Amino acid sequence: MGGANRRVARAGISILAVIVVFVLLWEGYKLIWTAMGWENPVRPDDRTMPHTWDIFLALFQPAQRNGPPFILVELRAALMTLREAFVGFLIGGAVGFGLGVLFVRSTISERAFMPYVVASQTVPIIAIAPMVVVWGGRANLPQWLSVSLIAAYLTFFPVAINTLRGLRSPHPTSMELMRSYASTPSEVLWKLQVPAAMPYIFTALKVSAAASVIGAIVGELPAGLRGGLGRDLLQFSQQFTAAPEKLFAAVLIAGLAGIAFVGLITALEHRWIGANRRLAA
Amino acid sequence: MSAPVVEARGLGKVFGTGEAETEALRGIDLEIAEGDFVSLIGPSGCGKSTLLRLIGDLVSPTTGTLVVNGKEPRQSRLDRDYGIVFQSATLLDWRSVQKNVELPLEIMDFPDAERPTRAREMLDLVQLAGFADHHPWQLSGGMQQRVAIARALAFRPALLLMDEPFGALDEMTREAMQQEVLRVWGETGTSVVFVTHSIPEAVFLSTRVVVMSPRPGRISDEIMVDLPPKRDLDTREDPRYFELVIEVREALRRGESGSSGS
Repeated sequence: MGGANRRVARAGISILAVIVVFVLLWEGYKLIWTAMGWENPVRPDDRTMPHTWDIFLALFQPAQRNGPPFILVELRAALMTLREAFVGFLIGGAVGFGLGVLFVRSTISERAFMPYVVASQTVPIIAIAPMVVVWGGRANLPQWLSVSLIAAYLTFFPVAINTLRGLRSPHPTSMELMRSYASTPSEVLWKLQVPAAMPYIFTALKVSAAASVIGAIVGELPAGLRGGLGRDLLQFSQQFTAAPEKLFAAVLIAGLAGIAFVGLITALEHRWIGANRRLAA
Repeated sequence: MSAPVVEARGLGKVFGTGEAETEALRGIDLEIAEGDFVSLIGPSGCGKSTLLRLIGDLVSPTTGTLVVNGKEPRQSRLDRDYGIVFQSATLLDWRSVQKNVELPLEIMDFPDAERPTRAREMLDLVQLAGFADHHPWQLSGGMQQRVAIARALAFRPALLLMDEPFGALDEMTREAMQQEVLRVWGETGTSVVFVTHSIPEAVFLSTRVVVMSPRPGRISDEIMVDLPPKRDLDTREDPRYFELVIEVREALRRGESGSSGS
């Protein structure tokens, strides 16, 4: 597994390099803009752009007087949000895969439903989320599940589209080959189309993993769910003028949560799909 | 003499309707006996691949009758009477060579214990025993095509359909593959229908060459290949081999001029 270790090490180095460059740009901007007295596009003062080290230090200060450090509180919040996102990801992924299979089996159903599937994504999530919360409440669903459903709403679309594309990817002669074996539609699906679709599906799952985290964060707001990242982000943005570094620190954690989820899916992809079959992205 | 493996009477195929209508085949009469090695040769657009696909029930005829292994083509396909090899090997990238050969055996519900044994036998037959655990992308084009042949023969079909299987290979590999196919044919006794656009290939391999002409596709000539059954490098230098190559070439020219006049 030397190759895997080297890959992880190389990824670590490049991530570190990006952080260093980002910190340099941020602090450089502050320095130059302050010296020149520029105020556009962003004022360089410590209220608007706190020092990177202040943001970093904010992670380790207590979130409340005598409470546990900020980073622990927010990591716990991130874990909760990730759990909602993950359940939504599973639901959305299953629905998306199911739609892809339905559409490849029946052109009529594709023609009938595809426009609505596409249209569903033009409805903003902030319009859908309160409805889901209200309906979920009526149906006595636990609040976190309503949040998961909102995450699922963002997840299913890329999976459906890419599953369909992947299921259609086998060459026509491969389909003829399966036909020559007198194979049943489900044999064609499971032995040819689904394996052929896996690289496409994984690409979608990576997009969906990130989207599900966003869906969960947004969904927590109308649900009024406490303890997740959504509520905290909202709270820190309201306290922005007083303690801007807290918002930036929380954004950092939210970003890390998304990256961790996408990273997990990428690891699964590398485990299951040979390098020569992986799609870029 | 047993019943023919393939028997076509007045077979015709029209693709599309109205303006877009194309007559791919007209009035095909063809009989292929058990153990025959028949090549279908002709210029592109003569419908030779379509004829092969009709035999395999991958497309349905518009007119005429077709009997394969004494049955309707559809029944013959459902009974898994034939194996097919295409111009591209169409191996599944995510399966090892061995698992690719096992694919038809899985679909045809061969017992779990029997599948690996059979697959290895077939890989022995095409001399790829050492590559069972490789993946398709690790093999050369010729090796991939040998895997495709092993896969097509794994369930011991009575008939092997080959659609320009060596068309994408270089000349050297091609000649080696032809020798390979003849050896496999000799060892298995399978009847073969072989689509090609190479005259030397058709003559070298076949017991009979069926010459086709285009627009609409039809059979313009049939040439019996009376070369000795054992064919090797010497065959390629046999005067009779050259005569037959010329004979097929002339038949093709007659077919071409005949169709441009009509």
